[in-house]
Amino acid sequence: MKFAVIVFPGSHCDVDMYHAIADELGEEAEYVWHDAANLDRFDAILLPGGFSYGDYLRSGAIARFSNVMNAVQKAADEGKPILGVCNGFQILLEAGLLPGAMRRNNSLKFICRPVSLKVENNETMFTSAYKQGEVITIPIAHGEGNYYCDEQTLKRLMENRQIVFRYHGENPNGSLDGIAGIVNEKGNVLGMMPHPERAVDPLLGSADGLRLFQSIVKYWRETHAVTA
Amino acid sequence: MPLLLEPSPTTIKEEKLYREMGLTDEEFAMIEKILGRLPNYTETGIFSVMWSEHCSYKNSKPVLKKFPTEGKHVLQGPGEGAGIVDIGDGLAVAFKIESHNHPSAIEPYQGAATGVGGIIRDVFSMGARPIALLNSLRFGELTSPRVKYLLEHVVAGIAGYGNCVGIPTVGGEVQFDPAYEGNPLVNAMCVGIIRHEDIQRGIASGVGNTVMYVGAKTGRDGIHGATFASEELTEQSEEKRPAVQVGDPFMEKLLLEACLEVVKSDALIGMQDMGAAGLTSSSAEMASKGGFGIEMNLDLVPQRETGMTPYEMMLSESQERMLLVVQQGREQEIYDLFAKYGLEAKAIGKVTDDKMLRLYFRGEVVAEIPVDALAKDAPVYFKPSKEPAYYREFQAMEPYIPVVTNYEETLLALLAQPTIASKEWVYQQYDYMVRTNTVVAPGSDAAVVRIRGTNKALAMTTDCNSRYIYLDPETGGKIAVAEAARNVVCSGAKPLAITDCLNFGNPEKPGIFWQLEKAVDGMSAACRALGTPVISGNVSLYNETNGEAIYPTPVVGMVGLVEDIRHITTQAFQQAGDLIYVIGEAKQEFGGSELQKLLEGRIFGKAPAIDLATEAKRQRELLAAIQAGVVASAHDIAEGGFAVALAECVMSTDGLGAKVTVDGDMTVQLFSETQSRFIVSVKKEDRETFEQLVDAMLIGEVTNDGMLLVEKGDGEVVIRLSAAQMRNVWKGAIPCLLKSKD
Repeated sequence: MKFAVIVFPGSHCDVDMYHAIADELGEEAEYVWHDAANLDRFDAILLPGGFSYGDYLRSGAIARFSNVMNAVQKAADEGKPILGVCNGFQILLEAGLLPGAMRRNNSLKFICRPVSLKVENNETMFTSAYKQGEVITIPIAHGEGNYYCDEQTLKRLMENRQIVFRYHGENPNGSLDGIAGIVNEKGNVLGMMPHPERAVDPLLGSADGLRLFQSIVKYWRETHAVTA
Repeated sequence: MPLLLEPSPTTIKEEKLYREMGLTDEEFAMIEKILGRLPNYTETGIFSVMWSEHCSYKNSKPVLKKFPTEGKHVLQGPGEGAGIVDIGDGLAVAFKIESHNHPSAIEPYQGAATGVGGIIRDVFSMGARPIALLNSLRFGELTSPRVKYLLEHVVAGIAGYGNCVGIPTVGGEVQFDPAYEGNPLVNAMCVGIIRHEDIQRGIASGVGNTVMYVGAKTGRDGIHGATFASEELTEQSEEKRPAVQVGDPFMEKLLLEACLEVVKSDALIGMQDMGAAGLTSSSAEMASKGGFGIEMNLDLVPQRETGMTPYEMMLSESQERMLLVVQQGREQEIYDLFAKYGLEAKAIGKVTDDKMLRLYFRGEVVAEIPVDALAKDAPVYFKPSKEPAYYREFQAMEPYIPVVTNYEETLLALLAQPTIASKEWVYQQYDYMVRTNTVVAPGSDAAVVRIRGTNKALAMTTDCNSRYIYLDPETGGKIAVAEAARNVVCSGAKPLAITDCLNFGNPEKPGIFWQLEKAVDGMSAACRALGTPVISGNVSLYNETNGEAIYPTPVVGMVGLVEDIRHITTQAFQQAGDLIYVIGEAKQEFGGSELQKLLEGRIFGKAPAIDLATEAKRQRELLAAIQAGVVASAHDIAEGGFAVALAECVMSTDGLGAKVTVDGDMTVQLFSETQSRFIVSVKKEDRETFEQLVDAMLIGEVTNDGMLLVEKGDGEVVIRLSAAQMRNVWKGAIPCLLKSKD
């Protein structure tokens, strides 16, 4: 399976994403510069964290105009798995691939630490390797992770089981309803603030994030007849 | 050649305008002699920044020469962007620490942010990939609104810059003392990894080669920053706020990636950061080091503002700019490479053979100065040194004997002292995990960062107990290096080398210069004893506010090599039943201790003694035991003494406790700050091997009840506190002080 790791100017979790896929998951990964026009040869698209374009104006607000975002939109329409983490999530919101918006953390401070997450929906292509309701440990590192949407959108998110992860215990950033990660209605675009790619090696504290990537591979294997 | 509105050479001399730029009458006379004529306004400005203490080290050079700087593993010593040490496998580690004290005192967010930016550029200018940041901070007591403001904004500035560039901030230290009330210290350290063949130097060579400018455009910010950094702070310093630059971490990230790509090209001859004194220092230093000259056409310098004069362009300290020398004829390759990152590289001059810095502006020569006069031949002063009266008084005092009646309350009070209290409030604002190599996060003795693709890791720390150095600069200097090494060893690493940031008061005062000399003597002795040469550093003098100097604060940044990631050790106890040992005996040593500060509100007397041979032996033994795999946890005993260290071993676990027995004078046993001591835990089955390797005393066991229990030999309970209670006090102290309203 071949993963694209999109690199915007100012991305910096691209390296972590790449190593999570290539070293820990054992699948193929390739960096794709933000001006690429075509992502057809990839099976899944990863939008990593960082500060694309310095996050000037608003997090993700400039990156969403990058050339590559047209190709990301196309991949999303085709039903390919698309994962946006942290800044990647912010870009997906700005691009309208996911509903809602990000505000600054309610502490008004950047927060970096491991948090407990509850898997709210394990019936997605990103979470099938987790148990429903399982509590996992994954780090966060962001200044603007305070997710917000209007009441109707929240209602829809709940009805469609689009809320995939919630913060368990303390809510670190004040996000609405403790939301840490959501999928689109079709279920193939996941945005989340916590960094699963930082939790793939027990040496660094947790390997709970690895199963998210394993879920993507499992989904892909199931939907693609293996011919090789 | 004078420009409109600028004072003429004669006016500069007659009205002594050079004095405002920080030059003395003697220095101006020297300049006149070097040039064989009067300098114009631009030239006077260039000399003034290059001859400032910040750029020339003119007051500290004779002292710095005492540092041991050599070792067979040293690939690059002091004098370049960063020092470099071999770590095997064709890899090396590059690191340096630098101060940004004065800017941070008047504009804390940008002052701290640009301090981080500068040190990152120093490291990648060598061709190294920055992998970690640390910082060493000093503030006044956390009770005044001004200090709270400084702490909040300095931390936010460091976070805002480092987080955005995507380099993890993995460690450091924060201490509080009234001595830093008006003059906080902000020292930033950067560590990078480099392959031997990629090492670059800031050298200009090859007549006709092209001098290239890359990065942000030049504006009027930071003019005379280096001069400002070489003066005392006064009530008027606030007016110098415009001398503080504004950082753009996004530009830095682009520049970083582009420069690391350009390093791979053999078209690159040399590269240097435009740091203090910007375009002036980078061009003059590169030419002087290479034995060449440089001429530049200032009309070609990318400018952010209109109507900038040569004086302004040469003295600007706009951030995120680099100066490159590239092979003539291969400019296009470099343009293309930078264009990928949306950056414009611009040829602004060329290398010459006449060792002159020659500047053109609107078709005329506006400055013509021998490069060596600006760089390696800058004046050097041997300042008078005098042992201050306070030192003699302290040395003559009887040993201080503190009176403690309630050990539990005292331990809790110590844990709440801001210098000892958990710095979680600070380091949670730093992305300490990005690049996913941080094995030991902030909060243990040293941070540990693995080197991907190898079995190795690097341990890194910054340390300096300035109270000891104030009481006794030589002893305190030894302790600063020894403590850094202890932290590195406790993490399972062999200390490699140090970088230092010498923060002192005004060196023109003989008592301050004496502190500098003695501290360097002490540090040098410890560096020799522990085999850790000084490979880079920075000097920050004139740290005074309205005539009051800070404590002498020579911050030590140390890096050590973990040969095998399995050796990585932390201070946290690992499992119930493990045996607890203490290495080293406590003596009646309370001068400069946290307990003395707590009880008396001030420090006095003698600093704790240190014997470097004992220190080296204990570190060697402990490291051997760690490498043999028989040490479960290791922690050095530092501020607050044994009780605080033991509490930290317990608080950093998830539910473990400790039961230990100690005898003798309880105050001494629990709170003395006698040096060269450690707390170590060992699995029962490793007892024999451990005891063969290390001279240590068995004092108790790790328990599973989350309680810290200290008893005397006869069973009398001295301390019985739950980890939860201690943790509340220890973690709550700083957030609580910040929230309290005066």
